[in-house]
Amino acid sequence: MTPTLQVVLVVSTALFSAGLLAALSRRHAIFILIGIEMMLAAANLNFIAFWRFSPQPQPPTGVMIVIFSIAIAAAEAAVGLALVIAVYRHYRTTSVDHFDQLKG
Amino acid sequence: MIDHLWLIPAVPFAASLVILSLPNRRRTSAATLAVAGQIGALAMSVFAFLSTLQAPGLRTVQNFTWFTFGDNALRLGWLLDPLAAAMLMMITLVGFCIFVFSKGYMAGDKNFVRFFAYLSFFSGAMLGLVISNSLLLLFICWELVGLASYLLIGFWIERPSAAAAAKKAFITTRIGDMGFFLGLLWLYGRSGTLLFYDGGNGCLESAGLAMLGATVTSIALLIFCGAMGKSGQFPLHVWLPDAMEGPTPVSALIHAATMVAAGVFLVARVYPIFSLGAINGVTSSLIVVVWIGVTTALMAAVIAIAQADIKRILAYSTVSQLGLMMVSLGVGGVAAGIMHLLAHGFFKSLLFLGSGSVIHGCHGEQDIRKMGGLRRLMPITFSTYAIGMMALSGVPLFFSGGWTKEEILHVTAHWPVSRLPYFLLLIGVVLTALYMTRQIIYVFFGDRHAGSQHAHESSRVMTLPLIVLAISAISFSVVLTPAWPWLHDYLTDESAHFAFPRLIQPTLFLSLVLVGMGFALGIWIYRKAGVQDRGRAAETDPLEFAQPKLFRFLENKMWIDELYARTVIAFSWMSARFSDWMDRNFWDRLVRGFGGIGQQFGILTASVDERGINAGVDETSVGTRGLGRLMSAAHSGQIQTYLGVIAIGLLALLLFYAWLA
Amino acid sequence: MSSVAFVIIAILTLAAALAAATLQKLMHAALSFAATLVGVAALFFLLGAEFVGLVLIFVYIGAVAVLIVFTILLTRRDVGKDRGANWTGALLATGVFGGLIWAILKTQSVAIVAPHMRSISVKRIGEALMTSYVWPLQCVGLLLTAALIGALVLVMEEKR
Repeated sequence: MTPTLQVVLVVSTALFSAGLLAALSRRHAIFILIGIEMMLAAANLNFIAFWRFSPQPQPPTGVMIVIFSIAIAAAEAAVGLALVIAVYRHYRTTSVDHFDQLKG
Repeated sequence: MIDHLWLIPAVPFAASLVILSLPNRRRTSAATLAVAGQIGALAMSVFAFLSTLQAPGLRTVQNFTWFTFGDNALRLGWLLDPLAAAMLMMITLVGFCIFVFSKGYMAGDKNFVRFFAYLSFFSGAMLGLVISNSLLLLFICWELVGLASYLLIGFWIERPSAAAAAKKAFITTRIGDMGFFLGLLWLYGRSGTLLFYDGGNGCLESAGLAMLGATVTSIALLIFCGAMGKSGQFPLHVWLPDAMEGPTPVSALIHAATMVAAGVFLVARVYPIFSLGAINGVTSSLIVVVWIGVTTALMAAVIAIAQADIKRILAYSTVSQLGLMMVSLGVGGVAAGIMHLLAHGFFKSLLFLGSGSVIHGCHGEQDIRKMGGLRRLMPITFSTYAIGMMALSGVPLFFSGGWTKEEILHVTAHWPVSRLPYFLLLIGVVLTALYMTRQIIYVFFGDRHAGSQHAHESSRVMTLPLIVLAISAISFSVVLTPAWPWLHDYLTDESAHFAFPRLIQPTLFLSLVLVGMGFALGIWIYRKAGVQDRGRAAETDPLEFAQPKLFRFLENKMWIDELYARTVIAFSWMSARFSDWMDRNFWDRLVRGFGGIGQQFGILTASVDERGINAGVDETSVGTRGLGRLMSAAHSGQIQTYLGVIAIGLLALLLFYAWLA
Repeated sequence: MSSVAFVIIAILTLAAALAAATLQKLMHAALSFAATLVGVAALFFLLGAEFVGLVLIFVYIGAVAVLIVFTILLTRRDVGKDRGANWTGALLATGVFGGLIWAILKTQSVAIVAPHMRSISVKRIGEALMTSYVWPLQCVGLLLTAALIGALVLVMEEKR
């Protein structure tokens, strides 16, 4: 049986949830970033799926979006990791439990 | 004429206003203006008088509306009838003579201009009083005349006695006026109108009178209170002798001829109210009038015998004559009373002006015991004074006063209620002749004393009016004789005719006898007045020598003033002090109490503000801070918490969209 | 496309994702992450977006995953272990998963089959980038520059 759009979407949703799980439950700052990257990847999958299953997929709109999305994700990952290193240098720990300076 | 009747009082009023605006140095202008005003009024009065001769009892009326309130209107009016016309003639003529006299008498006074302004003002008010057709307009002019009297009695403001006398006059007449006003209001309430004659609806006409019913006696007596005050009847006579503090022309004009006559005039004017329901010409209000008049006449005549001031004798004489006029009105002789009023105006003012001439000639001396022998020094004054004295005493035939007094005695003799007033009046006639003889002997006969050493006759401006008045005192009698009772019939709306036999009447002889008796008695008692005689000093009055206690009593005006001071005035003082105490302690405390309430209220509001509102605001801010603290507790600073909340939000949004679909 | 291959790749990808989310050892979790990305790239290939799949491999696995490993190595003072999933996170993730699945399954319009299509050529992508998408291209360039500078600034030693 050929996969329907629903199936692909289910897959991407599962990927998204896994990413959310990682972001919510991990203690290490880097793994929150990993979770975010996984959620982004799931979203890109969504775009490609919808582009592929659309009636007239001639203009490569989905592809273009994903290209840019990947570029931005890379930039964001770089900056985020730089942040983690900077914070690590200050606090000597990467556990997000300790990053509660904004506690009000 | 009725259309222009209002000009008669208006001209002197206008003259008064103009004179008030003149500076003090313009004396001649002031006097000329006043006299001119008076001449104008005199001319118009002559016209008015002539116009009433067209038919016997002709009465013309002009009413106008003063102001309206709602459906009602307050109407006033002018009235011209024989009574009014006769009064107009007397007032303007006597006024004119007195104005001319004043120019000479007040020549040395520094308030000359003010004097003539007041005189003109008085003249206008008095004329207005006489021609008014409404009791209210009459009352207004009545009050104005009272004001003029106050101003003129107290003319020499620097003298405390004059100020006190003016105050006494005003307050005493005010008491009478209060009764007058109450009567006026009651009359208006019962009859709905204050106009005298209004085409059948006036309060003196049958329709109006019918509405008064049983209250007519009370209304009449209340109105009589005003007449009592103004005309110096007992017990409100006390102001008249003190009013002699004013200048002599004032005494002549106001307190002899005109203002005091206003009371008698008032009774004559509203006579229909007094005589409503008369049985045989007698009603209860008229009985009261008669007895008060008789008491006044006799009492004043007796007091006059013991007075030493030349003007006070004349003042008490005036009071006595007014009493006589009231008696005449009371017994039903309205025309006789008014005729005596007119004649009295002429000869009493003549006497006052004469006394003024004497005072002026004696350089201000007013005590008759210090005068004497002026007969040769002031001949014109003496002769005119003698004419006036004879007219007052009632010498018949040539002197007007004799005929009118005659008439009054005649009417009084036929009063159905009692003959007592008649006998008392006869005694009064004798006493009148007595005190006038006494005065003449003291002043003009005998030797010269301190005051009259350097006396001289007065200037022509003063003697001419004396002559004019003396002539009129004599010539007036022409229209008064019973042979040709022109004035009597004119006043009683009949047409007169000449009848010589009426000249001879029994009462005529009686009065001749009485007057002669009075003269003889006077001459016999006072022949040696002013002269040392039988251990009596020159200044002591023979009667005083004979009956010192009685004389003292009479000399002090029967102690009536002192009685009033102990009773009425003391009562007023007490009420005033009581009111003051109440005001200070009671009302003041009450007001302060209210203020205290306000203060307490302020304190209450302040505490509510302090403890209530402020505290509320403070609590609110504390609560807000607590709430803020609560909410900030939600900020854990943990990234994952925030992320979790976002996830929950996402879920909620999903569910919301699903529910929408 | 073959559904069997699809299903196998999908399952493998999801397993790797779950592993990345729950493994305790840091390096293992990082490497699972890389495996997830490989799976996603394979799915891209299956869906006909070969170029994007390759880009994904290059950028994500080649750069991002390596970067992550490097950062783990650099921040090694901590213990090499990390806790796994906790209950709150699992609950929320499950909830979101459930909600989204329900939404998808309810929607009728997505129950469609892929139409037949030729693969998109790189030429076409390049043309599109240079013509219609030139502005986003420039912006992304600017963004990358900013990110580069920002990252450098962030990790620079503070001047004393």
